[in-house]
Amino acid sequence: MNKTVYLDNAATTRLSDAAFEAMLPYLTDGYGNPSSIYSIGREAKNAIENARNTVAKAIGASPEEIFFTGSGTESDNWAIKSAANAALFAANAKKGRHIISSAIEHPAVLNSLKNLEKNGCEVTYLGVDKHGQIDLDELRRAIRSDTALITVMTANNEIGTILPISEIGKIAKQHGVLLHTDAVQAVGHIPVDVGEMNVDLLSFSGHKFGGAKGVGVLYAKKGLLLPPLLHGGEQERGRRAGTENVAGIASLAAALDAALTRLPLSGVEQMRNRLRDGLLQIPRSHFTGDPTNRLPGIASFVFEAIEGESMLLMLDQCGICASSGSACSSGALDPSHVLLAIGLPHEIAHGSLRLSVGTDNTDEDISYVLEKMPGIVARLRSMSPLWNES
Amino acid sequence: MYSDKVMEHFTNPRNIGELPDANGVGEVGNSKCGDIMKVFMKIEDDVIVDIRFKTFGCGAAVATSSMATELVKGKTIEEAMKVTNKSVAEALDGLPAIKMHCSLLAEEAIKAAIQNYCERENKVL
Repeated sequence: MNKTVYLDNAATTRLSDAAFEAMLPYLTDGYGNPSSIYSIGREAKNAIENARNTVAKAIGASPEEIFFTGSGTESDNWAIKSAANAALFAANAKKGRHIISSAIEHPAVLNSLKNLEKNGCEVTYLGVDKHGQIDLDELRRAIRSDTALITVMTANNEIGTILPISEIGKIAKQHGVLLHTDAVQAVGHIPVDVGEMNVDLLSFSGHKFGGAKGVGVLYAKKGLLLPPLLHGGEQERGRRAGTENVAGIASLAAALDAALTRLPLSGVEQMRNRLRDGLLQIPRSHFTGDPTNRLPGIASFVFEAIEGESMLLMLDQCGICASSGSACSSGALDPSHVLLAIGLPHEIAHGSLRLSVGTDNTDEDISYVLEKMPGIVARLRSMSPLWNES
Repeated sequence: MYSDKVMEHFTNPRNIGELPDANGVGEVGNSKCGDIMKVFMKIEDDVIVDIRFKTFGCGAAVATSSMATELVKGKTIEEAMKVTNKSVAEALDGLPAIKMHCSLLAEEAIKAAIQNYCERENKVL
């Protein structure tokens, strides 16, 4: 098998050329510790501060509001756990331990919240409609005098739905509640501006838009007095100690810069639409997520009477890389919480497939998938006891 | 994560389909959990002379279904009743720990089909 068609760009992306170039100096001769005073140390420090400026500018923030972390997950954990710890968080000194979130968050958020619940926090999970959208009136009603934080993702990783963060931010502001958003799938794919979005905290990671793995960003609005995540040296202004991942940070900034020049991702969107229109020709297939307010690259489906992991294995045999929210692909017994939250019955949610298009994909890739997929679905259906009975 | 043998059985499952003249049929699992296996057996003089299956499920579910039907084909029902999920998994050179429950599906489906045959024939195993 020689051909590889990579359609899992929402999982991770190929390192962009710009990001690779940006890393090289700090992986070779520019190896100095950014905390050292001699020249190769200072150069490394400069690289980090230049990256901070680039990132700040890209999302409409100030450099001092940008903290580099090790992943989007780390940023999510840091933001959510800090906000919940009212005593540590100046802006929340008079707030309680109630948090509002949505039913379709990434596990990095959901499991952070579950951990907080074990430690005495109360969490309200807003349900979503069939497109994955929350009800803003329900959000208003959920806010209490002791609500410390609202955390809702900017865009969903499984079904691509873009949530109205700016509107949510307005509501949060009116009630004096902090808003965090997991923007891991959004940054580099759609315009993200922390001012327009009215957010106080925002998380993302570099490898979703062509940066190296192992670097994340947390934006924390000025005045928030983010408590330290790691105690130690003075890195990240004493909030996240530990020698910085200089090459990774440089790659994130370079990748983000390059990604922004490609916006809007109309080519990607066209390829996604071809996938949607082509695969909906298969009988009893459904496109999931918001039909209009959605990420340009994510084409998400469910195919009745077949199971996701089997689809992935057969696609893999054709060299096609994709993902699924089926139980078996995650090692759990239930299918994805996102697909259940949008109201899909269990047996249909098991047949989910996500193809996420990136800027490296070509029309040829899409044609190849459209050529292979009907046969795979037909073959699995011919083996399925559910298909005959239906 | 899967052995070559699992992938081989997933790619080329043996005994796939239905048997119109089956005299022992078993169906186990449920769509909520994401795997269902239906087994059709043609049993003559207590010997499984032919067998077919249909499975809705992951790679491990399909491969264990296929292997289990191979293991019981040509066996007496007494022998077939001794096939366990462990023996099916071993015949496939093992399964990832989180997939062991899939092999239970195959064992239970085989037993359900034999049970169904015994009920039809008024036999007690």
